[in-house]
Amino acid sequence: MPHANHATSVPVTIDDEKCIAEKGCRVCIDVCPLDVLAINPATGKAHMKYDECWYCMPCEVDCPTHAVKVEIPYLLR
Amino acid sequence: MSEPMTGGPKTDIVECDILVIGGGTGGPMAAIKAKERNPGLKVVLMEKANVKRSGAVSMGMDGLNNAVIPGYATPEQYVKEITVANDGIVHQKAVMAYAQGSYPMIQYLDSIGVKFEKDGSGEYNVRKVHHMGTYVLPMPEGHHVKKALYRQLRRLQVMITNRYMATRLLTGPDGQAAGVIGVNTRTSDFLVVRAKSVVLACGAAGRLGLPASGYLFGTYENPANCGDGYAMAYHAGAGLANLECYQINPLIKDYNGPACAYVTGPFGGYTANNKGERFIECDYWSGQMMKEFFSELQSGNGPVFLNMTHLAEETISEIETILHSNERPSRGRFHEGRGTNYRQRMVEMHISEIGFCSGHSASGVWVDENARTTVAGLYAAGDMASVPHNYMLGAFVNGGIAGQDAAEYCASTDLPAYDAGQLAAEQERVLAPTRRADGLTPYEMEFKARRLVNDYLQPPKVTAKYRIAQERFAEVRDDLAMLCVRDPHELMRALELQSILDCADMAAAASLYRTESRWGLYHWRVDHPATDNENWFCHTLLYKDADGRMAHTKRAVDTYVVPIPEEEMSAYHQLRTPTPLAAE
Ligand SMILES: Cc1cc2nc3c(=O)[nH]c(=O)nc-3n(C[C@H](O)[C@H](O)[C@H](O)COP(=O)(O)OP(=O)(O)OC[C@H]3O[C@@H](n4cnc5c(N)ncnc54)[C@H](O)[C@@H]3O)c2cc1C
Ligand code: SF4
Ligand code: SF4
Repeated sequence: MPHANHATSVPVTIDDEKCIAEKGCRVCIDVCPLDVLAINPATGKAHMKYDECWYCMPCEVDCPTHAVKVEIPYLLR
Repeated sequence: MSEPMTGGPKTDIVECDILVIGGGTGGPMAAIKAKERNPGLKVVLMEKANVKRSGAVSMGMDGLNNAVIPGYATPEQYVKEITVANDGIVHQKAVMAYAQGSYPMIQYLDSIGVKFEKDGSGEYNVRKVHHMGTYVLPMPEGHHVKKALYRQLRRLQVMITNRYMATRLLTGPDGQAAGVIGVNTRTSDFLVVRAKSVVLACGAAGRLGLPASGYLFGTYENPANCGDGYAMAYHAGAGLANLECYQINPLIKDYNGPACAYVTGPFGGYTANNKGERFIECDYWSGQMMKEFFSELQSGNGPVFLNMTHLAEETISEIETILHSNERPSRGRFHEGRGTNYRQRMVEMHISEIGFCSGHSASGVWVDENARTTVAGLYAAGDMASVPHNYMLGAFVNGGIAGQDAAEYCASTDLPAYDAGQLAAEQERVLAPTRRADGLTPYEMEFKARRLVNDYLQPPKVTAKYRIAQERFAEVRDDLAMLCVRDPHELMRALELQSILDCADMAAAASLYRTESRWGLYHWRVDHPATDNENWFCHTLLYKDADGRMAHTKRAVDTYVVPIPEEEMSAYHQLRTPTPLAAE
């Protein structure tokens, strides 16, 4: 069974201007209990790679530059 | 289309004295207390996420739900209350061990920097929510819990392995615990930890039912707690108690944050129907309370609301500060999106999806008062162990008990041998979905399994529906032969799906076994509506038999250490207000 290309909006966004991942920061990626954040190879910044969020917010609270914003996933809003 | 991953699995092997699996709440305390008992022991803590921010208390907690503090409650009173709230089916010695360990644990937590609410003279500010006693201790700065635990783990040199998901326990020649097989969630490399004893603290099975929103990860429990602990205990031969006593919680509709009883209750908030009337006398979460809640939802009086509109401005601000900063800080954002302000509008509530969790019910991997399971050298603590109504403090206390007892056990035990064939077979099971170039994704399989759980397992439990559920789960299980993943992250989800399926099968089998109704909504068997104390005043234990099949047995309730007079046993049965009370 081949796969479809299924797009979905993500609840967590990162402000590329503020994110300092290029300096080695990985805080949000490290703390996420569901491991859904990663470095975006295209930008070198953190991004939400998988739409599997518990909107628990350690990523936002622990980010040293306040680059992360957690929204309630659309299905629940 | 991605290429299947190829090549033999990279496997590291580590040896230790005590292995703790799950670094949320009970797990870290087990590791800490084992080290404090014997600093010479090598203790490994394996965590699927990162110990710094993992588990139910990832962001902290609003308060202790079940603090037994001298002057407010006695251990005897607490044991009595928990026995009554669970229709008598409790192992009282374990509840007593918790109750007696409760206050020393609060003092210990206080000493490592966890802050509790105190009054002007430095006394703990305990509040009343339960039907009888006074047990709720707020934690206005509850967001520091994980930091305090982490500091202590580092100080005691506990070896932490983050981002390793435990998949199966290793067992020794006599069936005893011998370690675990773990797989890295980012690389799919294997880590085998051999140990003299193992403590399981993998949290609830919170990804069993599907939330009404349809969002797979919008569960009440931290979705990392998907039932791996239950599945691992089962496959290692441990007995699991009373799994038919589901966890179902009253939550904010769609948001899945708890609300009423523990936080707003003490301030005067209450559960109301659509007329603004109170319909239950006590908001403490019990099966009976949930049945009243469910009935009100089904009746023309639904939906059910949390009412705070009558409270004073200062009170509401205080509630908001607590609710929107500690355990579920995104709740403020949710209300904002819906234009809900506690001052003007009641908050719509609903019942949660079903799950297993001893936090709020009486189910879990069977443990005695020393946190021992039925497998030698294997312990369990926290939401996945059978000590009822444990909550956060229970996870700490019983985690501590497990760690200390495991330390003693290790002193007289050699590192058990393990079966290399068991390891090879498990690696094959784990990696199978990586060997297929296309097929079913973990997400669609998980959605289907959990949708079936909602359709057929949600109470009221109907025998005919349960039989269909078993057939459908078997079909989904057959489809595992087509499960396919593209990266290590998806492999973690694929393994979690298999734990979810195991738990779904266990939920169905356990519910069918107990042919009576008990625990209010949690085990409401429509075909057996009465409580049958003659045949079922006992625990049920589910286990894997010698042929690898799910089997059941009854276990008598041990003689009570705190006797309960007959007339007090029904206290939680009279929760509905005699006539609806007008709004206050
Ligand atoms: C939203 C919410 C609010 C709550 N509010 C309160 C409250 O106000 N007061 C209170 O007293 N209690 C409260 N509770 C209950 C309390 O938080 C829990 O009972 C307690 O934290 C459970 O501890 P635990 O150690 O069993 O599980 P957790 O702390 O959840 O830890 C389980 C850990 O196991 C890890 N894990 C799971 N599977 C694996 C695997 N296969 N391999 C490795 N690691 C694994 C998980 O990542 C997690 O870190 C609340 C719970 C929730 C969900
Ligand atoms: S924590 Fe903040 S700065 Fe660091 S990687 Fe994440 S978004 Fe970037
Ligand atoms: S809100 Fe929680 S689950 Fe979502 S990305 Fe942030 S840390 Fe991860």
